[in-house]
Amino acid sequence: MSTHRELIRRALGPRVQFVQGDDACAYGAVLAGCTFFAGYPITPATEVAERMAEILPRIGGCYIQMEDEIASMGALVGASWTGAKVMTSTSGPGFSLMQENLGYAIMTETPCVVVNVQRSGPSTGQPTMGAYGDMMQARWGTHGDHEIIMLCPASVQEVLEITIVAFNLAERLRTPVLVFIDGELGHMRERLVIPDDDEFELVERPRATDRASYRPFAPGPDLVPPFAPFGSGFRTFVTGLTHNEEGLPRASSAAVHDQLVRRLAAKITNHLDLITRYEEFYADDCEIAIVAYGITARTCRDVVEEARRRGIKAGLLRLISIWPFPEHIVARWAERVRAMLVPEMNLGQIVHPIREAVAGRCVVKPYARIGGELHTPAELLEALEALQWQPA
Amino acid sequence: MATGLKIKTAAELRTNYLRREMFPTIFCDGCGLGNVLNYTLWAIDEVGLDLDRTVFVSGIGCSSRLPGYINADGLHATHGRALAFASGIRAANPDLTVIVFTGDGDGAGIGGNHLLHTIRRNMDVTVILVNNFTYGMTGGQSAPTTPDGGFSSTTPYGNIEHPLDICELAKALGAPYVARWPVVSPAQPVKSIAEGIRKRGFALIEMLTPCPTAYGRRNGLKEIEQIWRWYREHTVLLDEWEWVEQFGSPEEREALRGKLKIGVFQDTERETFEDRWAALVAREKL
Ligand SMILES: Cc1ncc(C[n+]2csc(CCOP(=O)(O)OP(=O)(O)O)c2C)c(N)n1
Ligand code: SF4
Ligand SMILES: [Mg+2]
Repeated sequence: MSTHRELIRRALGPRVQFVQGDDACAYGAVLAGCTFFAGYPITPATEVAERMAEILPRIGGCYIQMEDEIASMGALVGASWTGAKVMTSTSGPGFSLMQENLGYAIMTETPCVVVNVQRSGPSTGQPTMGAYGDMMQARWGTHGDHEIIMLCPASVQEVLEITIVAFNLAERLRTPVLVFIDGELGHMRERLVIPDDDEFELVERPRATDRASYRPFAPGPDLVPPFAPFGSGFRTFVTGLTHNEEGLPRASSAAVHDQLVRRLAAKITNHLDLITRYEEFYADDCEIAIVAYGITARTCRDVVEEARRRGIKAGLLRLISIWPFPEHIVARWAERVRAMLVPEMNLGQIVHPIREAVAGRCVVKPYARIGGELHTPAELLEALEALQWQPA
Repeated sequence: MATGLKIKTAAELRTNYLRREMFPTIFCDGCGLGNVLNYTLWAIDEVGLDLDRTVFVSGIGCSSRLPGYINADGLHATHGRALAFASGIRAANPDLTVIVFTGDGDGAGIGGNHLLHTIRRNMDVTVILVNNFTYGMTGGQSAPTTPDGGFSSTTPYGNIEHPLDICELAKALGAPYVARWPVVSPAQPVKSIAEGIRKRGFALIEMLTPCPTAYGRRNGLKEIEQIWRWYREHTVLLDEWEWVEQFGSPEEREALRGKLKIGVFQDTERETFEDRWAALVAREKL
């Protein structure tokens, strides 16, 4: 008999592969311990589901294709409450349908990973073209006050690594975690090295141990309540209604609601040290910075090198975690630079929290691009040069 | 009673199965939901279910509040989506028994698509669908089950839409167990719920349940005796219905109009999603 970890290795195949971002996402999930996937096909995310449908039965997990994305998100929550690590993947139209049950997962502290391989919207838009138009929907798509964790990898290798991180954060903080890529990265093939088990961390959700003292939504000191899966005899009642620490509905109490919703938010904002991820190039002597994320950031690194050759003191802040917004990092850059160029594959979304973090300390210049094409190095270089002459 | 059911006292059911902190219930006087809860507990007791290994799942509505009152794992999900959540539980852990409480609005209106596909997959869940002809919780708007001409807050001039027969739908979709009973007597509902739980595969028990507050008062069904008499007079056993349709006089056939068939609509066997998935894993696992 082989162990589950050995099964995973065999199911994933060779250590070095030439695969798409979508494949890497599925691989990362399986490495992270995901045993349940519910989804509905949609371009350009379908390959994530296809890989999961291939791999999960081979390792004794479960893949289920639901009737729509509302059902996928619902099934995810149900499966997570049995103790399984769970994931779904979709693109814009499906992500829109998931919003209500995503909020349910937040309210009921249900660990899960939701992948959005973004395409151009609104509506059916450009199904096969990459975009980053759902960045703000990710933040505020579900109704009500809440915090959300969102990660934006920029290469096929990073998609795998960040998917593992997403599972770890979801488990550690008992909350949904979003992995956002786009059609370009989802369908791009690159060399992928599947890491060994000792090269990454695996986190399990905190577990309740004592039935007598169990209060399902009473948090520990880190604000995360210990979890008791369905069927473990702890008899948990889970509701999306405002509930007290016993899990019982208290839908008319301002005090209970205030306490619950503030804790759910603080549980995330108190753990920025676990969540925040970014990369810096030439942070020390940068005058004109590019702040970018996702596929767009890949072009920017070469652009910065080229700009430096041309005598511009350029630098790059690549954001990997977008929500909660790494305000302190952007603020630190704003202290030092004269201007920030913010290229995005949307009409300007993350430029808003950037402006808020900068608070007028430097020039912030959005560079919007939609329609499915990436920013070219030449254009970005030109934009940097123009910024150099802009008065502060 | 021919079923041989052991009568349980309310006190016995209370101590064994209820989550006491949740009482009193939110239900109005004269509401039939208390009966549905009572019959379910009775059936659970009959079957000898281990509540440590049973999950009660629901959507949103008065009927969807039922899981909260039972001292077991419960998942009070979003409106219409109970079966999607339930499917996730069963697919991820087929060792757990899953019982779903849903309403006519929750299960057959907003959740109609999930009903269709959960039956198609034949997930092994027992669904107790409370049909009170209305959206009770939101104050009595028309539902997909509101009778022809029925009055509700959004059909103030009478309902012009054709009502859905949920049991005929479930039967046509191949659900292994389908039954409909009014709450007016316990024996048949208890027996059907027990049979539904024992059935390997999707089981639907539709309970015709009075809602005096939101539906009854607009349709001349406010007083308890009146209501219960209506349910007796407007329900016809399946065998009898079929006999009248085949051999009845024109007057007898005319008398079926506006009435509801009750009984066990279907009791068959069909492979479940869970069993087929387990077989696939046995074949393909590395
Ligand atoms: C997405 C969504 N839409 C609407 C509602 C409002 N709503 C709550 S309960 C309900 C109707 C419930 O009807 P039914 O399922 O028949 O349950 P009953 O109260 O009659 O038992 C509605 C429309 C909601 N909670 N969520
Ligand atoms: S509104 Fe109707 S269904 Fe809801 S509790 Fe009152 S009587 Fe029962
Ligand atoms: Mg109803």
